[in-house]
Amino acid sequence: MLLNAKNLHYRALNEALRKTSDDCTVTECCGQRYIAAGMSAKNITISGTPGNALGAYLNGATITVHGNAQEAVGDTMNAGKIVVHGNIGDAAGYAMRGGKIFVKGNAGYRAGIHMKAYEEKKPLMVIGGTAGSFLGEYQAGGAIVVLGLGAKDNEIVGYFPCTGMHGGKMFLRSDCRNVKFPNQLTARAADKTDLEELNVYVSEYCDLFGYNLHEVLSSPFTVITPDSKSPYKQMYVAN
Amino acid sequence: MKLEGQVRIPSGCAIAAVISREGNRMSGEMITNAMKPMHDRSNGLGGGFAGYGIYPEYKDFYALHLFFDQRATRKDCEAFLKEQFEIVKSERIPTRKIPAITDEPIIWRYFAAPLKSVLADLQLDEKEFVARTVMKINTGLKGAYVFSSGKNMGTFKAVGFPEDVGTFYRLEEYEGYSWTAHGRYPTNTPGWWGGAHPFALLDWSVVHNGEISSYDANRRFIEMFGYKCTLQTDTEVITYVMDYLIRVQELTLAEAASVIAAPFWSTIEGKTDPEDRHKHTYLRTMFPSLLITGPFSIVLGFNGGLMALNDRLKLRSMVVGEKDDMVFIASEEAAVRAMEPQAENIWAPAGGEPVIIKVKDGGF
Repeated sequence: MLLNAKNLHYRALNEALRKTSDDCTVTECCGQRYIAAGMSAKNITISGTPGNALGAYLNGATITVHGNAQEAVGDTMNAGKIVVHGNIGDAAGYAMRGGKIFVKGNAGYRAGIHMKAYEEKKPLMVIGGTAGSFLGEYQAGGAIVVLGLGAKDNEIVGYFPCTGMHGGKMFLRSDCRNVKFPNQLTARAADKTDLEELNVYVSEYCDLFGYNLHEVLSSPFTVITPDSKSPYKQMYVAN
Repeated sequence: MKLEGQVRIPSGCAIAAVISREGNRMSGEMITNAMKPMHDRSNGLGGGFAGYGIYPEYKDFYALHLFFDQRATRKDCEAFLKEQFEIVKSERIPTRKIPAITDEPIIWRYFAAPLKSVLADLQLDEKEFVARTVMKINTGLKGAYVFSSGKNMGTFKAVGFPEDVGTFYRLEEYEGYSWTAHGRYPTNTPGWWGGAHPFALLDWSVVHNGEISSYDANRRFIEMFGYKCTLQTDTEVITYVMDYLIRVQELTLAEAASVIAAPFWSTIEGKTDPEDRHKHTYLRTMFPSLLITGPFSIVLGFNGGLMALNDRLKLRSMVVGEKDDMVFIASEEAAVRAMEPQAENIWAPAGGEPVIIKVKDGGF
């Protein structure tokens, strides 16, 4: 189904998307919020600029954006896939607990804030460019990958990455010489097992956006994990 | 209705701006359209615009825009102004009656210059005198409120959604080389005409999305220098802080940005360029009370340019885009696209990183 979003309010747009079980193509999107919120089993392709909270609570649908996305992409998403052929704004993947987000370009501040995981639910976010400050703030689970493609002289992440991280795993395609991590984390060079895991994540990214997997993986990666199961155990009181 | 101090309203906002680096003038229609895709960021309790370069025929006079509660207040205020200003033109600001905008006050503008004899008596420069006059009217003359006081610029604001406010003030009939806009979703203070953004003093205007937590610390400091915060709103204090830092203390725009959105001490200590480290240490030490904490994204308008700035933690969204000589700034990319569908180089400035755009020399 083809939907022209010009001058369409987000409620009307979402209602049209919900009504049909077909795959949908949305054109001339300009700031409509909550697109595909909570939706499952459907492919939605968007051109233009979708508004905030794209794919919030997503429950299995696949969203592809030809353009940039704004703030809070995949807020609290549970399952499905969001693919953005551009950049994304702040707080992408906020508290996501399942599914995958692939961004060709850069992410704003606080990407992956409070991502979590439980048993078979393991969210994944792959950022092709650079990420802003507070990447993976309070990360509690899942995996965040930042590739820094096209970063040139810019740092791959901004200030204060992994602040409050207490679970999950982060992969940064850099030796991270100039990156300062909090004390309760371990940042180390990726080993063979890490690279095997990474291979799965990065090959999907390369397939989606047309990069050469071998070239992307032939750079040093840093892996960041919390030191222990409860790194903040005695920060305030013994518990 | 209950005014500031009598009621606290818990709750986002929308901001947008456009400027031509060549100084080409454009009507207010484009900036009004920018606010449409961001409609849901406001709640109808305030909208406003600032236009620069809109009064070329009176560019040597201060354009004073005022709200009055009644005719008698206007007469009193005019008598007060005439004692100290030469008023070359005084008129009702043209508006368009629309159902969406109601309860308008009396809205008037004066093109005026301070009398030389008054300035000589008081030994004040012109801008300082005008700033003090604005403070005097806004704190002392009940029912009168100066909401714009710069040269060759003006702000237009009301209670309503911003796109309706643009229609109400007939902004398509003005032409400026830069425009800023605001849609309000009031946090803490009631929505009334004076409390809408932009807040302006002299040619400074500020539109702001956020809620600063340092308001009282900033207010106590700035009130020591003759500014009077009458509205309990954070945007007003930001306007006075910028006037104080740039006009009075003669800091550059970038330095003023480093004061209000100062980097963390740990970030300053980590700086590899000793000169840069020293500068930031100096600014934080000199003006600790003017650090603005809490979420904000602002656009500061002034004669000949704009500065956009996010708080240091970047707790609010803001993007910048370009097309030829035009630069666009907005809370959302959608608003940039509404102004220019083909906008290029869309990017999000980092927290505390000022984006300063100036019209080329002689362009305004």
